Amino acid sequence: MSGFILLTVAATAVSWAADTGKTRRGLRQGWRMLIRLLPALTGVLAGVSLALAAIPAESLRALLARDSPLTFLAALAVGSVTLMPGFVAYPLAAGLKAGGASVSVLAAFLTTLMMVGVATLPVEARFFGWRIALWRNALAFIGAAVVAAGMAVLLR
Amino acid sequence: MKSARTLLPGLRAAATWIPLMAVLGGWAWAQATAAGDVFPRRAGENLWSFARDMLAVLPAMFMLIGLFDVWVPRAVIERHVGRDSGAKAVGWMILLAMLQAGPLYVAFPVAVALWRKGCAPRNVFIYLGAFSSIKLPLLSFEVACLGWTFSLVRTAITLPVFIALAYLLEKQLPRSIQLPEQEPKT
Repeated sequence: MSGFILLTVAATAVSWAADTGKTRRGLRQGWRMLIRLLPALTGVLAGVSLALAAIPAESLRALLARDSPLTFLAALAVGSVTLMPGFVAYPLAAGLKAGGASVSVLAAFLTTLMMVGVATLPVEARFFGWRIALWRNALAFIGAAVVAAGMAVLLR
Repeated sequence: MKSARTLLPGLRAAATWIPLMAVLGGWAWAQATAAGDVFPRRAGENLWSFARDMLAVLPAMFMLIGLFDVWVPRAVIERHVGRDSGAKAVGWMILLAMLQAGPLYVAFPVAVALWRKGCAPRNVFIYLGAFSSIKLPLLSFEVACLGWTFSLVRTAITLPVFIALAYLLEKQLPRSIQLPEQEPKT
């Protein structure tokens, strides 16, 4: 991660040396977009933090560590509405697998978690407008269901 | 003489939100380092992990987006990944997305910057699709947790699915669709 910051600092330095005015304009533009994002992002992250704390990992495990069509649907829904960093989601998924969850349930949970972001909709709408945000998520949900079903067939 | 507003646009919004976020972050950090398994501690721990994610990528990301905005000519983007671009554009978008890290909300501003430079909507959506599901840091972690087979099969199925979805979504939107203004409200 610090490599990324180093790269950014280097790029900015090179840009500054090449054209100070342009660089200033660019940084101002970036700053403006960042500020615009903050309100929605703060709200979403605070809300998700509270929600995740209210639903402990054990209840997720109890809900998903089974193999039935209903569990598959539950996994699609849970994955869609939650927001989790990968380093939380994958160990959780590994735990689910050890606890007896089927591949289709795991895939349903992980693909919707990655592709569908109901929790981040306000942030997405801020950038793309509600129309695009809602359509993108609706299609991504269908796509994630297709992927999960495909994996269930292939990895049975 | 330049006024403070033109020097630092959105100053008032920044003065409201940055202290608020600092207070929230401080609370989260205090909770995350406390003991016991109680609701506030878990909430704080979650918020702190999100905040750390954000601090690590967000400021640098927006600096790069700003630089991209002033340095990359519109014509270059239009030629390579614009409305009339072909299959090669898909490869470019996926490559760009796969090399990045971070949560999806970091990809939105990049996607918007690309869109405004003339990148075709379908390519923007392909970028978002690839970013959300097959970026390399995520894949390596997935392999470690769930094994090669799971990761490979998931990638192989996901790839065509989100490309198809991107085309579908572009078709569904009117050609004239505009993105909302990115200026901060002051």
